[in-house]
Amino acid sequence: MGNDTAVRVSGLRKRYGQLTAVDGIDLEIRRGEVFALLGPNGAGKTTTVEILEGFRPRDAGAVEVLGEDPGSAGRSWRARIGIVLQLASTGPELTVREMIAHFATFYPRPRDPDELIELVGMTDKAGSRLAALSGGQARRVDVALGIVGRPELLFLDEPTTGFDPQARRQFWDLIRQLAADGVTIVLTTHYLEEAEALAGRLAVLAGGQVVALGKPAEIGGAGRPARVSWDTPDGRRTVQTVTPTQMVADLARQAGGEIPGLTVTRPTLEDAYLELIGDQR
Amino acid sequence: MTTRPRRDMTGRKPLRGRPAAASEAALPSVLTTGLARGRVELTTFFRERETVVFIFALPAVLLVMLGSIFGGQAVRVPGVTVGQLFVAGMIAGGIMSTSFQYLGIGITTERDQGMLKRLYGTPMPHTAYFIGKIVQVFVCMIAEIALLMIVGVAFYHLHLPASAGHWWTLAWVCVLGCAACSLLGIAVSSLPRSARSASPMITLPFLVLEFISGVFIPFTSVPPWLQRVAAVFPLKWMAQGLRSAFLPARAAVLEPAHSWEHGRTALVLAAWVAAGLVVCVRTFRWQSRKR
Repeated sequence: MGNDTAVRVSGLRKRYGQLTAVDGIDLEIRRGEVFALLGPNGAGKTTTVEILEGFRPRDAGAVEVLGEDPGSAGRSWRARIGIVLQLASTGPELTVREMIAHFATFYPRPRDPDELIELVGMTDKAGSRLAALSGGQARRVDVALGIVGRPELLFLDEPTTGFDPQARRQFWDLIRQLAADGVTIVLTTHYLEEAEALAGRLAVLAGGQVVALGKPAEIGGAGRPARVSWDTPDGRRTVQTVTPTQMVADLARQAGGEIPGLTVTRPTLEDAYLELIGDQR
Repeated sequence: MTTRPRRDMTGRKPLRGRPAAASEAALPSVLTTGLARGRVELTTFFRERETVVFIFALPAVLLVMLGSIFGGQAVRVPGVTVGQLFVAGMIAGGIMSTSFQYLGIGITTERDQGMLKRLYGTPMPHTAYFIGKIVQVFVCMIAEIALLMIVGVAFYHLHLPASAGHWWTLAWVCVLGCAACSLLGIAVSSLPRSARSASPMITLPFLVLEFISGVFIPFTSVPPWLQRVAAVFPLKWMAQGLRSAFLPARAAVLEPAHSWEHGRTALVLAAWVAAGLVVCVRTFRWQSRKR
């Protein structure tokens, strides 16, 4: 395994009784990447991530995270990864600063708690009890706890579920800042917009399988037919074509100038996504 | 799997022109993290109002109530009052409250709310979590015993242990009993499915045990078959051991065996410690059963 690979998964399978949650997943995530696992509820995102985090055993397949098997890796491996779990839990009766300073004691080279509190934008709330925080504020603390040990790899499981749009955008800025610092980020989300905004590459999961893998733009537009529409004397016409430029040039020649009512559209990531997960239903 | 070069520990590739860390810093020791856990455990214990009231203060309140109502009654040993029996019994109950009841409910809650999972995801050594619990339970137990002894001495004619030997009895009964009850609490914390069901599920058997073990009513008033049930569990032996530390030697005639049975007390408590340890090691879970 090269040093440029942060996560390598092949043939991963996990069953819960009769339910196959993960059904043969292959992934390779490079260092420094922001990688999103996108999919509807029950697609196997959280199970996959929890296996990568060493929380769950797997039934089959090979998994390497930062060069080690999460099922048997020890404390020094834990010190190199950061985890933000799915549910923001109500913590103990501690203040934001106390909680962050406490978690800092677990790591060999922790961040300075006060600098970290500033980084996640919680300076005003540093003295507040965890129980008194809003959902978005609690999530910022979750992220702070995830990165207090300066992880090389950060897992974020549905980090912005339940956020209002403004809080979500602020949160994205924080994630981008971490990515710019070179932290590899593996993110699960069921918000398409979030995957598109943050991820360099993404995998679409449905029914425990990877149904698409690539850059958001590739999954959305390139390679899929574009739609060319224009007005004719007999009404509006729409043609799907993989060579829209050629088609528009031909139409222009025929029209001898402007093509009336011309539109060229590519399917959006959302169109592609709905089509992909729809196949599985 | 290849070995990673050291420079990667920084999480930043030197190729990017960023400074690499000087060296791999060592992981904090089990003791350091364990004491950090202990500090946090103690802080949260005394900040949670419910805990302070229902775990810490309740035994003292009950002692005052029981003592005020029945404390003046004489028993058939001259110089011994029911109040003194209550103080000794309630100290045993208080130890079980701060260990068994608090750990049982507290760990269930931590598991249900994801705190245990969160800790498991960090490089904190698992032993450190338990060191933290030991520190917290031990400190709270000492405070609880002190509180009940002050109440006992002030209002119910409790005499402090008469000799070094009696103090030693007090010490070993408390430590052994607390260890047994703590392990039992950790073990039962796996049973409730949620934090909400933890309190009734753990408090009810504890209350029953207090009734039949000579905490709320003198052990001599407990029907013999219930005495035999109580003798299976640690609380009865803790209460008996504490009576031996606080009461004069002649009060031993009040015990079912007409003696303090120190050897048997130590044996039963040690057996609970051993069994509890095995169960805890085999069943402790860091995650909630909810998928």
